[in-house]
Amino acid sequence: MGTEALTEDTVLAEIINALLPFKKSEAPITAETEIARDLNLDSLAVMDLLMVLEDKFDVSIPLNVVPEIATVGQLARAIRDSKAGA
Amino acid sequence: MGLFDRFDGLRVAHGQIKNCGADPFGVKMDRILSATEAEIEGRHTILCGSNNYLGLTFDADSVAAAQRSLEKFGTGTTGSRIANGSYADHKALEQDLADFYGKKHCMVFTTGYQANLGAISTLAGPGDYLLIDADSHASIYDACRLGHATVVRFKHNDPVDLDKRLARLAKEPGNKLIVVEGIYSMLGDHAPLKEFVAVKKKHGAYLLVDEAHSMGVMGKTGRGVIEHDDVDDEVDFVTGTFSKSMGAIGGFLVSDHPDFDILRVACRPYMFTASLPPAIVASVRASLARLRAEPEMMARLWHNVDTLYDGLQASGFRLGKQRGPVVAVHINSPELAAMAWHGLLSRGVYVNLALPPATPSGTALLRCSVCAAHRTDQLEQVAAVLTDVGRQLGIIPAEISADQVRAAAE
Repeated sequence: MGTEALTEDTVLAEIINALLPFKKSEAPITAETEIARDLNLDSLAVMDLLMVLEDKFDVSIPLNVVPEIATVGQLARAIRDSKAGA
Repeated sequence: MGLFDRFDGLRVAHGQIKNCGADPFGVKMDRILSATEAEIEGRHTILCGSNNYLGLTFDADSVAAAQRSLEKFGTGTTGSRIANGSYADHKALEQDLADFYGKKHCMVFTTGYQANLGAISTLAGPGDYLLIDADSHASIYDACRLGHATVVRFKHNDPVDLDKRLARLAKEPGNKLIVVEGIYSMLGDHAPLKEFVAVKKKHGAYLLVDEAHSMGVMGKTGRGVIEHDDVDDEVDFVTGTFSKSMGAIGGFLVSDHPDFDILRVACRPYMFTASLPPAIVASVRASLARLRAEPEMMARLWHNVDTLYDGLQASGFRLGKQRGPVVAVHINSPELAAMAWHGLLSRGVYVNLALPPATPSGTALLRCSVCAAHRTDQLEQVAAVLTDVGRQLGIIPAEISADQVRAAAE
């Protein structure tokens, strides 16, 4: 993704794309989707997802943020904030 | 919502595993007969999942040393080192370990878990960075939660990935502490330490290596992967445990860092727990002395590793890639792994059932650990029973060609 400015929408679209394999129902994945409850990702899967997203956006997303991330939207904000701080 | 309601999912998963006929996480050993045998449910059972790598739990010198110490110094210390004082033997054991590792300093902890918990949570503080291998042991993950550093995870045993993640932090002012294990407890593979040391140097980071499963197992004198890879002097901190090759319980941290001793009044998992009982300390000193006097014990262990690894590979099992005293048999599903585990137990073979998330990448494992005290016929028996059970459950084919053996090995 290089150094281009990231909007939350761009980040959100990429995350939703990365989460498609975990989709459990017909309902679309949105910013409000809860990662653990709706997509059934355990803590290890969430950490693995973070690693993939770190590489996609070339940012560091510390594990420390994991307890505060419940929804896809919160994850997108965490990544956007990491990028802003980089 | 009740206090225990959030364990509902866990309860269901545990129940499904127990459907195999027994609880793999609640086995009762009625009698321990030797380092390699126990009586379980009235059956004589070969122990092939005890991490007792050198078989020293019944070593005559270690047992005698513990007995003498028990008589002379009593059953326990009844408190922590900082409150109740150190016994002379705590200090002597620390000196023994510092000598063994060729390091200036050593702290002994009450368990290996606490050694990691204490070392990692205390060394890296607020504003610092911990870079941990993705497949790290729970004690390392828990240390990250206890401490105040920022935690970044890198791909398992992948120095290139670590390099990339450290590069992203290049402008951050905090110290960077890299944490890896010598041998990994689940798949039995070991860290490429030469490469990790190069990355550490490039980024001016510190490196801590946990040799829990590799002390007394790898390296010419048994110091672990740091010795095997000839990087003793390049590693800043080494942790380890006495509950594997040393046959007891306890943990340690060694280092050359000049300010090391301040940790004794800063490291909470060292300060706020009772210290090791004197009998344990005495047995560990004797076991370490035995290893130092007879490092050739490790040759017997590696001979045994080959017996089990070759036997299981010839049957077509998919095993961990690197040979070592942890021989991990991959099974496709937790339920199938549990059935195989129970099949082994009911035929007198004890191994560990290891399930996600304790295992990497969602794999279910029958985790075998090899002991220097295993007789060849015991390991042949383990391989034969596993092969029978594996065939019955369709984990491996009834007949296997040389091509299939090669394919499984790749």
